[in-house]
Amino acid sequence: MTPESFPLIFERNTPGRIAVSIPDAGVPDVPLDEIIGATHLRRDPAALPEVSELDLVRHYTQLSQRNYAIDVGFYPLGSCTMKYNPKVNEDAARLSGFARLHPNTPAALAQGALELLWQLEQMLCEISGMHRVTFQPAAGAHGELTALMMIRAYFDERGERRTRVIVPDSAHGTNPASAAMCGFTVVTVPSDSRGNIDSAALRRAADSSVAALMLTNPNTLGLFEEHITEVADIMHGCGALMYLDGANFNAVLGVTRPGDQGFDVMHMNVHKTFSTPHGGGGPGAGPVAVKRLLEPYLPAPTIERDGDAFRLDEDRPKTIGRVRAFNGNFGIYVRAYAYLRAYGPLLRQVSEAAVINANYLLTRLRPFFDVPYDRTCMHEFVLSGRRQKTRYGVRTLDIAKRLLDYGIHAPTIYFPLIVDEAIMIEPTETESRQTLDAFADALIHVAQECETDPETVKTAPHRTVVSRLDEVTAARQPNLRWRPPTTTGVAR
Amino acid sequence: MTMSSTWHPHKYLPMTVEDRDAMLRVIGAQSVEDLLADVPSGVRLGRPLALPPTLADDELLNHLRSFADRNGHADKLVCFLGGGAYEHTIPSVVWHLAGRAEFYTAYTPYQAELMQGELQAMYEYQSMLCELTGMDVANASMYDGASAVGEAAVMARDLTKRDQVVVSTAVNPQYRQVLRTYVRHLGIDVVELPYDAGRTAPARVREACGSRTAAVIVQSPNVFGGIEDGAALAEAARAAGALLVVAVAEPISLGVLQPPGVFGADIVAGEGQPLGNHLSFGGPYLGMLATRDAYIRRMPGRLVGVTHDHDGRRGFVLTLQTREQHIRREKATSNICTNEALNALAAGIYMAAMGKNGLRRVAEVNARRAHYARQRLTAIPGVRAAFDGPVFNEFVLRTPADPERLNEYLAGRGILGGLALGRWYPELPDGWLVCVTEARSRAQIDALVDAVRDGVRA
Repeated sequence: MTPESFPLIFERNTPGRIAVSIPDAGVPDVPLDEIIGATHLRRDPAALPEVSELDLVRHYTQLSQRNYAIDVGFYPLGSCTMKYNPKVNEDAARLSGFARLHPNTPAALAQGALELLWQLEQMLCEISGMHRVTFQPAAGAHGELTALMMIRAYFDERGERRTRVIVPDSAHGTNPASAAMCGFTVVTVPSDSRGNIDSAALRRAADSSVAALMLTNPNTLGLFEEHITEVADIMHGCGALMYLDGANFNAVLGVTRPGDQGFDVMHMNVHKTFSTPHGGGGPGAGPVAVKRLLEPYLPAPTIERDGDAFRLDEDRPKTIGRVRAFNGNFGIYVRAYAYLRAYGPLLRQVSEAAVINANYLLTRLRPFFDVPYDRTCMHEFVLSGRRQKTRYGVRTLDIAKRLLDYGIHAPTIYFPLIVDEAIMIEPTETESRQTLDAFADALIHVAQECETDPETVKTAPHRTVVSRLDEVTAARQPNLRWRPPTTTGVAR
Repeated sequence: MTMSSTWHPHKYLPMTVEDRDAMLRVIGAQSVEDLLADVPSGVRLGRPLALPPTLADDELLNHLRSFADRNGHADKLVCFLGGGAYEHTIPSVVWHLAGRAEFYTAYTPYQAELMQGELQAMYEYQSMLCELTGMDVANASMYDGASAVGEAAVMARDLTKRDQVVVSTAVNPQYRQVLRTYVRHLGIDVVELPYDAGRTAPARVREACGSRTAAVIVQSPNVFGGIEDGAALAEAARAAGALLVVAVAEPISLGVLQPPGVFGADIVAGEGQPLGNHLSFGGPYLGMLATRDAYIRRMPGRLVGVTHDHDGRRGFVLTLQTREQHIRREKATSNICTNEALNALAAGIYMAAMGKNGLRRVAEVNARRAHYARQRLTAIPGVRAAFDGPVFNEFVLRTPADPERLNEYLAGRGILGGLALGRWYPELPDGWLVCVTEARSRAQIDALVDAVRDGVRA
């Protein structure tokens, strides 16, 4: 460690300090070992840091200043939909009636919360073209798992043993991982030269052993599947179901509905499409919407309306069970509900602006990078840094790191896997033309630097709080926690 | 549609009609319809979305307040309800810091050099959780306690190459439901072990375990609030070559209770909500997952590790990612991607705010006030403790009144009563799980006692 390293909270420790006030118990004093039993008592207190409240405030405030976020600047991470997170939604989620509502509260005392979820279900059904929604899944991947379990239950009930799930080679890693967690074998189907799923290959793979196709549409190249109806026909023709990975739903709100495209089930990433904050990696929420044929298998409970009353229905004999305790990430759904009510029928403009922004950036950047699948894109597009790599020895990783020096978060890189040196850019609808231009100027400038000053790019970043970090050492010699010094002064 | 089509200004959309038309010209498109040409006409939605009308902010907040006000939340009713989520005092400092937009509007820290704040905060959270649980390593969070238990079972299967888990019925029923859902298609059998007198008997564990048993799953304090004999359970599991998974639904208890790492747990899976996170009708919460060093490479979820930069400064990165789905796809340890980072951040800030002495003291207040409440409530004629033995901040009473009816009565007296256990445990139709944290004053406890005395008579 050099003197420049930012201290850990543990390194600010001063014995005797505390950052909270704690009441006296205020009840007759009974020794703790009489209450708990001496054998159950902790001998040494947890070695948590001892700091004052101001120490704590400065530490985490300074950490926040060593971070990047949408509220700080542009975040063009492809496939992540880093749109603005409206402040009023935060106020809504913090209302006592939501934030301080206990999940075991009897339904009669939680009518407002249950109605909010029920109303949100109606809106999500309208937007997706589906019939019912479960709110339990806590994230997109959790939704994938939930959906696949429902698909499995559906075929089990029909007495059909279908063991395979098809994913295209452009799919998110969560798709095959979720399929494996549900006991399916994964079959990968290639993309064609226009970036669609290869329908001839799909036809060859489609047989009575296939349970589902997991498709992202628009796909991870940012392209709408041109033959989506044919794809659905192929899958339904062999008795399989159509699953939509809703990661890219932001492209098509009010334009086309997955239910109308032939999908039977989908998850939505409300932390992408419906503006809830990503929180530095979570929480998200991954509600799953289904057509009628899968409704019996939804996780229990569902939310039902009887006249003016709302209730949790646990009596669902064919349910796959629970995938999470309580009612899902309710606080996230409050935000999503607020977002949808702030747009109402204007929601389609979200997708129109997202698509225009993406095509505008693609138009500006096309001369400077390879574009392996050069079509009109939807809400995002994928460039390749192949040219920069072969001509100047500069990798896409280097380009990404150099962008950080311009105060801009890098795009998603090396995904999708089918594009060499991939640079995946999603501007979202909440960015202005000026911001897009500033980003395009910066990326074009970096592309020029690859030619004129490749060393600067290859050793970037230069202006961040740390320079390029050694990931290999981190993995080879894992140090995943601080350890308290022992009496000899050496870590135990 | 042409360039002149209507465009409604909206505060979340910087695009003006002029911007739009100018950008379409740069693109070389006549209208946005040109850009949507790949969407086949047969699957287009040929009408506006039938969504309720647009609301301005004041209308929106009033509308949402009308929902919120219909809920019996903890500012309206004095809460004695637990059962997997707990109302603790959250120091103001926690969400003033975790609520900083630099944290909550950030994405997963994929560009480490730009995200040192988040990464360091996660490393600190991992470290503090290790200190709290007595384990070697903790990940940067799972979805919640229940799904963390499900993932722990899968992890135990992978580590032991065995295909059965034994779970105590004194584990929260929702955790057991999620566990069953998680392992159903993975060829893992779940065997339920009946509780005895509100606890898990080590002798029953020894009987139930065999050569197929990958893990024994217990919860402490358990669903009845009872403190399990962790050391004896660990020994029973170990004798069968099985791992001990300890579910912790109330981590504040570890301020005074022997940590699972000390009594021999192999995996700790639990719920981190009580560490500074709001009740929020069930989420977002955070799953805690911690284990031994030897098991790191079978652990699911993100891990932050220390490294250095080119100039020798300490820095932090996401590490050991070859376990994860974006690298290993179907061979990954789990499909988890998005986790509950912000809630873990809040938990970390909470633990740092409490510090070494604060967490112990707050846990003591929980235990003492719960003990006081239990003594006073069981002095009411007809009310008795369902089980003997030590508890932390929750306990089961058997009441002469139907617990659901009693709760309705208490709601009229401004009290959110305990959990009626009959739905989960038919053998306890009169079972009532009462929770008393440091957020309940003596006066509130006394008011509960008075109300219960009247309520059971009514």
